[in-house]
Formats: sequence, structure tokens, C-alpha cells
Amino acid sequence: MTHIQISPGAVVSGDDRSVTERSGPEGGAPPDGGKPPGRRENLAGYLFMSPWIAGFLFLIAGPMVFSLYLSFTEYNLFEAPRWIGLQNFTDMFADPRWRQSVKVTSWYVLIGTPVKLAAALAVAMLLAQKRWGQSFYRAAFYAPSLIGASVSAAIVWRALFSDDAIVDRTQKVFGFEVGGWIGDPSMIIYALIALTVWQFGAPMVIFLAGLKQVPRELYEAAEVDGAGPWRRFFHITLPMISPVLFFNVLLETIHSFQIFGSAYIVSNGSCGPADATLVYTCYLYEQGFVNSRMGFASAMGWLLLVAVGLVTAVLFWSQKRWVHYEEGGR
Amino acid sequence: MSLLTAAVRRRGPGALAWHLGALVILAVVLYPVVWTIGASFKPSADIIGALNLFPADPIGDNYTRLTEGIADIPISTFFLNSAYIAVGSVVGVVLSCSLTAYAFAKVRFAGRNIMFAIMIGTLLLPYHVLIIPQYVLFQKLELINTFTPLLIGKYLATDAFFVFLMVQFMRGLPKELDEAARLDGCGHLRTYWSIVMPLCRPALVTSAIFTFINAWNDFMGPLLYLNEPDKYTVSMGLKMFIDQDAVADYGGMIAMSLVALLPVLAFFVAFQRYLIDGMATSGLKG
Repeated sequence: MTHIQISPGAVVSGDDRSVTERSGPEGGAPPDGGKPPGRRENLAGYLFMSPWIAGFLFLIAGPMVFSLYLSFTEYNLFEAPRWIGLQNFTDMFADPRWRQSVKVTSWYVLIGTPVKLAAALAVAMLLAQKRWGQSFYRAAFYAPSLIGASVSAAIVWRALFSDDAIVDRTQKVFGFEVGGWIGDPSMIIYALIALTVWQFGAPMVIFLAGLKQVPRELYEAAEVDGAGPWRRFFHITLPMISPVLFFNVLLETIHSFQIFGSAYIVSNGSCGPADATLVYTCYLYEQGFVNSRMGFASAMGWLLLVAVGLVTAVLFWSQKRWVHYEEGGR
Repeated sequence: MSLLTAAVRRRGPGALAWHLGALVILAVVLYPVVWTIGASFKPSADIIGALNLFPADPIGDNYTRLTEGIADIPISTFFLNSAYIAVGSVVGVVLSCSLTAYAFAKVRFAGRNIMFAIMIGTLLLPYHVLIIPQYVLFQKLELINTFTPLLIGKYLATDAFFVFLMVQFMRGLPKELDEAARLDGCGHLRTYWSIVMPLCRPALVTSAIFTFINAWNDFMGPLLYLNEPDKYTVSMGLKMFIDQDAVADYGGMIAMSLVALLPVLAFFVAFQRYLIDGMATSGLKG
């Protein structure tokens, strides 16, 4: 446990400024016999926090440091790790299957996330109108979000998108001779994307909450000024819900990077055909746990962390340009 | 307000068009679910090729087939394992995350803001950077093929999303309540248990339901840590089904998929209000 203590007015070690600021009269602990005020609060705080502190140290921070070390080694779980420097990383860039996994994942994130969010926003706008049965629709559209992550959903998806099944037959009606998406290396990724788009419920509900905050008066004023529906959408709706949009983009993007279960099951545990659904985590799993290349897999994990970190940073950086927070908000 | 709604109603697309649109989307969204229900009563040979949603004469063979179990394991084993993990996860998350959230929301201790920032940071951390070292850790502790690796994180508040949700909720509670409790001589533990926890019920219920459903649907955790079929969860049982025979027994597979979803669907029907409102409020009041 750290021994940082606060007494009113004293300078606190560390850079936790706001705690210092607040440790004025109202921030201190209630007067208690002789002990310096604040000490009890610290003790209580750390006691309440102890599960999280233990979890953070043993399950998050410690493992991160260890995996950083492992990423510079060759390690098969049974012999001691052998230091090989940057070899894992150079191997990775030279590995066509690793490049394929980056390609598949990027495609999945770049196509899946926008389509899913567009679907979520469109349905949310439909449901934002006050109509009879609104809450029933809201619940029904949300349901797939809960089922979607399960093995069951992936199995059903395989059935729906396989050769001669409903999707295939529907296409034939419209004159497309594509065959089943599941067996087709160029199409199976779209079956996977369809599965994620189908789960638009969670972002939809968040959009819906955001849309409810938009003042009706803005639309009325715009209408009086003769703005059509598109102008109202781009000049009122989008800017007004931009914080919610940002939240959804951030969460869905990070989430998409980490897809595993559905890719694994839809392709029957092979991430094929022809590595067509070899998403990043599928390859990480295969290298780490099937081929026992724990060092290589750790290196892959760290690159994923860097990639997600970069995307997050870019999103946060970009939000100045397009996310409008209400004055005094946040 | 009623004038405004009337105006929206008059100027927006007509009620009929609205319902038509909503129903079309509903049909697309629920089609896979309805199809699964219908298919579970069809003979295996008819599942892929047949276009009818429901069979002309439904059969129960697929379900009786399930009573035989999968590879000599009765399916009740998978369900009990999943239930044990899911319920254990719920208890862990509700207790550990609420304790942590209470500290963040109600206790003024040194380093609180830094720790809060770190906790929020873990929200964005990809799990996959941790799976190798965590696996090595649990392997060294000889905990592979036990439920411990799947449960321990839940008791150590590593589900940052729920901590965040509860912090947001606790910050929204009127300050006067816990201040009054303090004046009356309640310590933090008492305030937490008797004042804050009962008031937090909506946040706790939301977290509990999400935890149950996530644990129930989890695939990667059991895939990594469980390696004997009598420890397998429902997800792993389903995977065994696919491994066993990919083509022949579509009927049994679909029936099992549906049965596997029943607890999730039941939870959803019972608690959908909480779930959806919990989803909508999380992260919005910043």
C-alpha cells in the first residue's frame, strides 16, 4: 500500500492535484480523536479499493509487463523463455498469414463498424418518433445484441449463409449466382460482418438516448427557415449527437478489433476457407495455444495494443474537429 | 409537449409508413431467431435446403436426441457448469465492483483521481494482450481445467465497465444522504452497505444481468482454460457438437443452439427494461 497521506493544506506527494485542492474543510474526515484528518479516509479508500488494486496488479499490470518481456523471447511454456530480441516482430512482418490477419481484421473493422453504426442510427431515428409500440420495437431490436456473441448465433449464421440456404436462394431469385457465403473465401467475411451489423442494438439504444436530448425547438426553427430533412440531419442531428456518436465509434471500433468467437465458429474453428476469416485474434490464438509460440503471440498482443491505442488516440485527437459538447457540459 | 408531438405526428411520415418500416426491420432482425425455432423441429435433411420457415409436420426428434448428450456427456453437465460460472461471476462482480465504485465515488483518498484514470484506461485495453501471460500464470498455479481463471477476475473488479457504471450511478445519488449518515456516526462500511447499496439497485441489477449473459455466452475463456469435457460450459458443448459431425446432425445442433440461448432469452424478457436503460445511461452523464 502506498503511504501518501493528506492533511489539510499540506502538499501531497505525487501529482494528484485535485485531491489536494479538495482536501479543504469539507474534504477531510470527520473529527476523530487526535488522528490527522484524512488518514482514515485514505485507509477506508484503499480498503474498499483492495479488490481492484489486487486485480489490477496481478491480472492486468503484472501480465502486461510479463507479456512485453515475452514478446522479445521464444517461449513454449515448458522451457525457459529464450531472449531473441526483435525477432518475433521481424518474423511477423515477413509472415504472409500475419499480414492476411491484419488485412482481414482491418476490413472487418472498416466495413463492419460504419455499417453497424449507420444501421443503429437509422433505427434509432425511426424509434425516436413517438409512436405506439415504440418500446416493444426497441426491445426487439436490442435482442440480437445479447444473442450475437454466443456460439449459438454463429452456428445459426453458418446455417443461414451456407450453400443452398436462404441467403443463397434469395440471391438466386435476384439473379446473383454466388453460392453459399460460408464456403466462398471472398464472401465469408461479409457473412461475419452481417453478424456484427445484426447486433446493432447496443449502439442504437445509446443513439436513442442522445436523440432524446436534442431540443425540438432547433428542428422547428430550421423548418421555419426552410431546411429540408437532409440539412436538418447534417446541421442539427449529427452535431447535437456527436458526443454520443464519438462514444459509439470508440467502443465499437475497439470491440471490433477483438472479434474472436464468431470468426472461429462461423469458419468451423479453421478461420478459413483460405484464411478468409483469419482475424487477428484467431491467428494469435493459433500461434499461442495451438503452435505453442507464446513469445510470438505475446508480440502480436502488444502490436494489437499499440494499434488500438493509436486508433483511440486518433479518435480522441479528431474529436476537437467534429464533436460538439454543450457549453459547460462534460 | 402535446402540441409538439402533434406537430411531429402531422409533419413526420405517416403512422402507417412508420409501422411498416419498423415491421420490415423487425422481420429482418428477428428472422434468424424465428428460423432457428422452426428449424429445430425439422428433420436434419430439411434444415438447409427447405425454404419454409416452419415444418409442415414438426418433429421433436432433435430435442429427444439432446437427452442422449454429446459424446457421452449429458447436456445437463454443460448447463450446470455454465450456471455455476455465470452465477459465481454475478456475485463477484456485484460485490467487488460496488466496493471499488464506492471508494471512487464516496471516499476522498489520496491518489483517487490517478487510480480512476487508470481504471478508465483498462476499459480500453484489449484483452488479448493479457491472455498469454494470464494463461502462463494460471498454468504455473496449476489452475488450468478449473473454474478459477474464469472467475477470479470477477472477484477482483477487473470488469472496469461495471465499476464505471456504478461510479456514475453513485455520483448521482444525493450527497446529503451519505453526509447525514456520517453525521449519525456511520462508518464507510455501514454507509456503503445500508445506504448506498440499496439505492444503487438499478446499477447493480444492470451489471448483474450483463455479467450473467456475458459469462453464459463466453467462448474464449472456456476454450483456453477448460480441457476436460466434464468441465465444459454450454458454449464448449456446442463446439463439441460441431466438431463431432459437421454435416449429419444439423437438427440436434440447431436444437442445442436454441436450448443454449434459453437462459439468455429468459433473462432478456424478464429484465429488458433494466438492460436497455442501463445501456442508455452508461457513459452519458459524464
